[in-house]
Amino acid sequence: MSRKFTPKIVTANDLRAGDVVYLTASDDWSRHHHEAEFLEDEAIAELRLLRALGQGDIVVGPYLAEARQGTQGPEPVHFREAFRTRGPSNYAHGKQEATNV
Amino acid sequence: MYKYSDFDTATVRARVAQFRGQVERRLNGSLTEEEFRPLRLMNGLYLQLHAYMLRVAIPYGTLSAAQMRQLAYIADRWDKGFGHFTTRQNIQFNWPRLTDVPDILDALADTQLHAIQTSGNTIRNVTADHFAGAAADEIADPRPVAELIRQWSTDHPEFQFLPRKFKIAITGAAADRAVIRAHDIGLQIVQRGDEIGFAVLVGGGLGRTPMLGQVIRDFLPKADLLPYLEAIVATYNLMGRRDNKFKARIKITLFENGIETLRAAVEEEFLRTRPAFSGVDQDWLAGIEAQFAPPAFRAADPAPFEAALKVDPLLRTWASRNLAAHKQPDHAIVTVSLKEHGQTPGDATSEQMRVLADLAERYGYGELRISHEQNVILPHVARADLPQVHAELLRAGLATANVGLLSDIIACPGMDYCALATARSIPIAQQLATHFRDIGLEEEIGQLKIKISGCINACGHHHVGHIGILGLDRAGVENYQITLGGDGTETAAIGERAGPGFAYDEVVPAIERILRAYLELRSDASESFIAAFRRLGPAPFKTALYGEGQRDAA
Repeated sequence: MSRKFTPKIVTANDLRAGDVVYLTASDDWSRHHHEAEFLEDEAIAELRLLRALGQGDIVVGPYLAEARQGTQGPEPVHFREAFRTRGPSNYAHGKQEATNV
Repeated sequence: MYKYSDFDTATVRARVAQFRGQVERRLNGSLTEEEFRPLRLMNGLYLQLHAYMLRVAIPYGTLSAAQMRQLAYIADRWDKGFGHFTTRQNIQFNWPRLTDVPDILDALADTQLHAIQTSGNTIRNVTADHFAGAAADEIADPRPVAELIRQWSTDHPEFQFLPRKFKIAITGAAADRAVIRAHDIGLQIVQRGDEIGFAVLVGGGLGRTPMLGQVIRDFLPKADLLPYLEAIVATYNLMGRRDNKFKARIKITLFENGIETLRAAVEEEFLRTRPAFSGVDQDWLAGIEAQFAPPAFRAADPAPFEAALKVDPLLRTWASRNLAAHKQPDHAIVTVSLKEHGQTPGDATSEQMRVLADLAERYGYGELRISHEQNVILPHVARADLPQVHAELLRAGLATANVGLLSDIIACPGMDYCALATARSIPIAQQLATHFRDIGLEEEIGQLKIKISGCINACGHHHVGHIGILGLDRAGVENYQITLGGDGTETAAIGERAGPGFAYDEVVPAIERILRAYLELRSDASESFIAAFRRLGPAPFKTALYGEGQRDAA
């Protein structure tokens, strides 16, 4: 029996800067998780991942990550993805640095 | 210290130019990521969780003041003003942009540094005792041999695609400060009569299947080193498994074949490799050794230091923790702790790097070392200068007097940076250090090595920590396993798992239970945690962790 599909987003790292990015519904790459396209259908999710895989000149290593719908938009499910939305816990570097400015 | 030959300079510069072209081709679409990835890894460039990471080799842990200053410059110009010193005597920059990396590599080459073979299935940065060339207990300085191995292994055409990465460590003393038993090859300089040679260990390694190295040759004549190393690596290259990444290290080759079979195969190969070395390597080695001649140690009366000790309690505490015996009685080896309580183990800011470079220049004959325990060493300081050195370290926030104590923790970057990590390491280290300082038990607990890894690959050496902590992902939650009784020195031992793991916020209380049990059970204050553990076995500590009858549950 195949496992039930759970909602996903497409995420990757920016080729030039290395920063974490998310595929949006308008085919852009956003730096913000809540702007990611929320994918509730497995077939569509696979198609969106294929599209991301075809953008190797912009991003590196795209994959589908678990997500749930929140008030602002998709939120991460796993702690690893939550860390990726912020940056490291020992310094206010990465995305959390930008939000501090 | 070793100075690049014209050949070295040309090799490193050519590699930077190649990589510059490779980056350009990646950016213009000529290279896919699949094609580019092995090329960037050959130059130490990883893609981590939040950014790229550049791993720079600090061969055998030796840096000049000028090199340290250049690392500070790179941290400021292209990174976020700091660097992370690792358990393999590398420095990692955590935030470079891909487009800047060729310029960073050129800046490294300006001071004879590089990132070659800091990744990939090659022979990695050769590590050495961080007290090399200074320690009172040393037979010979292992760094000339380490440099010879670096030259031999760099771009060695036969060993660029080994079954798996390959790590070599070397010590020149009987005391093992380089964890040689946890390396693919561990070398110890030994003396037999008047002859200098090597005890050669093979098949050590931590990670998923931790094993201690076994002696494959108890005395290898000095001149046979490179042909013998070549015989080992060539044998491994053929015998090592390529069907399963988790069984590809030489420790598995050794485990599956046994030391007798492996030794016989190596000795047979050695019959072929030995005649191929005409002795030119020994000529090179002689040239390298000349470059590692010790500095002209100045004679200085240590009386000012002895006098200052009597009146300065901070200096006294620091001196009792952070100094080691130098081969010159009027000098000392200074360990500068990068483990300030609450800070990230192994991190140094660019400002701190500059202070260390200045101190090395003014008081330390221009030399610095990086230890696998993630501290910085001033290997040669006249004892007369120690009060000034301590005062300047205090001003720079670098005088933490905790070497060998609980807060002198090894921690890998963990899931704060590393793409392979399964849990965080750094905050656990920070919490342990501050907690035991705050409850005032650190001094009383005394000598203790806590080592933390954020995944099974064990970069944080948790298996050889007196207390080891391994962060895992258990059903989407960080969970930490504790191992007890490990040892990374000449009395090496792999720690044993205490029992079920602990949640993120349960780790500090768990460690406190172990250590309160130790304080109760030790014969007296001179019995260290590891000595008490060896005398008592794990049972009382497991009881402290899990309660009576609970330790087999879950």
